[in-house]
Amino acid sequence: MEPHRPGLTTRRARLPLVVGLGALPVGFVTVFFGYPLLKVVIRGAESRAWTKLLSDPSLRRIIWFTLWQAMVSAALTIAFGLGPAFVFARRSFRGRRQLLTLVTVPFVLPTVVSGVGLLALLPESLHRTVWAVLAAHVWVNLALVVRGVGAAWDRIDPDLESAAATLGASRRQTLRHVTLPLLRPAIVSAGSLVFLFCFTSFGIIRLLGGPAHRSIEVEIWRRATQSFDLPVATALSVAQLIVVLAILVRWSRSTSVAQRSGRSDAAGSTWATRLVVGVLALVVVLPIGAIVARSLHPSPGRWSLAAWRALMPSPAVSGRPAMVPHPLATLVSSMEIAATAALLAVALGTLAALAVVRARTRGRSLETGLTLPLGASAVTVGLGLIISFDRGWYDWRAAWVMIPIGQAVVAMPVVLRIVVPVIRSIPADLRHAAGVLGASPARVIVAIDLAIARRAIGAAAGFAAAISLGEFGATSLLTRTGSPTAPIAIARLLGRPSTFNLAEACALATLLAALVVIVLTIVDRWREAEHATF
Amino acid sequence: MKLIQGPAPRRPWPLLAVGCVIALAAACSSSGTTAPEASATTAAGPASTTVEAVVTGPDTTVDAVVPPTTEPATTVAPGPNGSVTLLTYDAFVAPEALQAFTAATGISVNVALAGDTGTMVNKALLTKGNPEGDVMWGIDNTLLSRAVDDGLFEPYQPADLAAVNPELTALVPGGEVTPVDTGDVCVNYDIAWFDDNGIAPPTDLAALTSPEYNKLLVVENPATSSPGLAFLMATVAAFPSGEWESYWTNLVANGALVVDSWDAAYFNEFTAGGGGGSRPLVVSYASSPPYPMLYGDPKPAAPPTANIDTTCFRQVEFAGVLAGTKHAPAARALVDFLITDQFQSELPESNFVYPARTGVALPQVFQQYGKPAPQPFTIAPDVIAAERDGWIEQWNLIAQA
Repeated sequence: MEPHRPGLTTRRARLPLVVGLGALPVGFVTVFFGYPLLKVVIRGAESRAWTKLLSDPSLRRIIWFTLWQAMVSAALTIAFGLGPAFVFARRSFRGRRQLLTLVTVPFVLPTVVSGVGLLALLPESLHRTVWAVLAAHVWVNLALVVRGVGAAWDRIDPDLESAAATLGASRRQTLRHVTLPLLRPAIVSAGSLVFLFCFTSFGIIRLLGGPAHRSIEVEIWRRATQSFDLPVATALSVAQLIVVLAILVRWSRSTSVAQRSGRSDAAGSTWATRLVVGVLALVVVLPIGAIVARSLHPSPGRWSLAAWRALMPSPAVSGRPAMVPHPLATLVSSMEIAATAALLAVALGTLAALAVVRARTRGRSLETGLTLPLGASAVTVGLGLIISFDRGWYDWRAAWVMIPIGQAVVAMPVVLRIVVPVIRSIPADLRHAAGVLGASPARVIVAIDLAIARRAIGAAAGFAAAISLGEFGATSLLTRTGSPTAPIAIARLLGRPSTFNLAEACALATLLAALVVIVLTIVDRWREAEHATF
Repeated sequence: MKLIQGPAPRRPWPLLAVGCVIALAAACSSSGTTAPEASATTAAGPASTTVEAVVTGPDTTVDAVVPPTTEPATTVAPGPNGSVTLLTYDAFVAPEALQAFTAATGISVNVALAGDTGTMVNKALLTKGNPEGDVMWGIDNTLLSRAVDDGLFEPYQPADLAAVNPELTALVPGGEVTPVDTGDVCVNYDIAWFDDNGIAPPTDLAALTSPEYNKLLVVENPATSSPGLAFLMATVAAFPSGEWESYWTNLVANGALVVDSWDAAYFNEFTAGGGGGSRPLVVSYASSPPYPMLYGDPKPAAPPTANIDTTCFRQVEFAGVLAGTKHAPAARALVDFLITDQFQSELPESNFVYPARTGVALPQVFQQYGKPAPQPFTIAPDVIAAERDGWIEQWNLIAQA
């Protein structure tokens, strides 16, 4: 769908406004993403690394595996997500909103946690196979398809389908010739996002794929942190980024939103709806249930609340080593970091969205550039940050603020994808009318753009916070102190050989998941009328 | 006809502007941002007092170039003689003895965690000359040579070095770093599983390839895990050149499972890890069995696991003054302290490693259930540095065949 043209201003008049709005976000991404990445790539630059990349059969195998598993994961996620997307868009059923929230939980849960749940459920024979990786990727990314395609399905006018039926088209013909073509942009957009996340997948591949299945990101991590091989690691990072850029330029665009008002649910729920809803609920809830069950088994074969007691303010466990601060304190720490990261991501992401829409056709490249961090290697950027902010007044290596900054770099593209379509959907007439009535460009932004998009902005803030709560990769490289976030604390609890530690880690993970559910519930309440596409 | 969703434009939304300002302010203030940590620390309660009590903010006293505006308001003030940063791996638990160091010297210690050992050393090489801390704790014999050859450390030998086990100090003739502890990577077994199944646990490395133990062992990938690498080196040291490869071929043929990390092996695959695993043999540490005896609720009467002490590779950990430190005197004083009897005697119960200093008594539970191996396998650090990548590459060919 073509974007509406904002304002009637000429290109020359728009330029200062675009530059003014875009300066901060572009500066932020340049300083905290582009520059560090460039610096570490220059540090690692060696031509032999590129020769090796092109000639070493094991590296070629890794690149090939990463590509095809990401493609298959994306295809499977779409295949499994279309049914639920339809049901969410066209059927009303009890617990619809709650289920939509739950579907999103796996997407933001840290892998250390998801892994425990998934391994408990997948049959032993599938462990460390490519099937386990694909299943996990579908489980984690299902929300992208259900939400993205569901929103698009919701805004297809049912009259079109009725018209097709009246003209004698069968249901299959209607689906093939009317519905699917209209859904195509949303499917492509969601699919390419899933591809991006699976292409840079790290924790799931390590945990569920085992040593035989290495992704580019795992290999970058291994060479950069375990085997003194920065040159090949940075060469791989660059290769990875090239693929990501190609995907972003070609396919991954935020689609436009909400052209019609109101929902037109088909009344009642059929057995098919019940089946889809039931299966979806089971698939999402079971692994989370497995985590809760583990938290109740501090010693094998016995149910006990001991691990939960250990989370209480005065733990019953005597002499637990202070390897992590009190688990509840890590949740507080997580929330402080998430709030800061969300604030940063939303402020910058909204400015960027305003600039993207006002830059019109050129906004596409701005959007692509600002989305790039979503597909970059967290390890490489993390190392880059360490060697970029390392001296004098900008020696921030041990600074707390680097953690929310690192997370905001990843969360900002998400904010952008939520807010841009909403702002793009504002009819040009509104801004024009405001201009005619004497409103300055700043006043137009506040009174029209921000006022209309404020629910989307609120929802984006929630998403950014949820992403920050579960973020592990960048955070683990930037954390220095004794007050880690909950995902880091969970990983550290799993560093000691005791079934009790596992139970305590699972109890903390349950609390983290609950926190994420709360945040997402608030988000979805705000978004109910919005039909945004992320 | 286009309809707009959401409420009609009403009034300005000043919150965003405020948000931008706050966000910018947060981004621009540099190191003055430890305040939230401090508040989280107070919320942590009594359980965390051991570490946090000695943690201070970024070092600002000795090095006066930092403008006072960046000093965090709520940071614990550094001791009268400044502070020193101990850079270490994530699993490190600061023994309470560190407080005695601060009390005696007036130097406070800031513990900075830097990831797993490999990440810590790789990052230190990347930041060489401008280190993230003053003293590094925990670089081991599998990574040492490369770091020493690259000039990562400023050579320093503590006066009391003679008290450290001479076998360990012999590993660093140049005195670049000081041995501080050892750990043995060994095969552990699930006692109950072997009892229930009426099978005797294996007694040495060779036994692991016998059909009796088919599909019972889980090991870590040496390319991505430090105990995995140690176990590979145990086999390299145990069998003559050319034979360790065929040993691994047999081990893999006998159904040994390889996973990517220690926690995946222990918690997901090991029968006694609590994660519903199915393998009663795991590569872990000689000090793993005592762990549940010290921490856990309820504490078992006897450890559920035991260690096969003929399968062990000895990891030696070192501490050293990082080249480029701006607090060399304080850093040296800290290294002196790290090998004192007081500090060394707390290492087993806090970090599950063995003291490098001779004559330090092991706690009872370690003597009973987690003694170091009497004759562990070892390989000289320079041999490891030269051969490491080659071994891993060969291992890869065998394991993936």
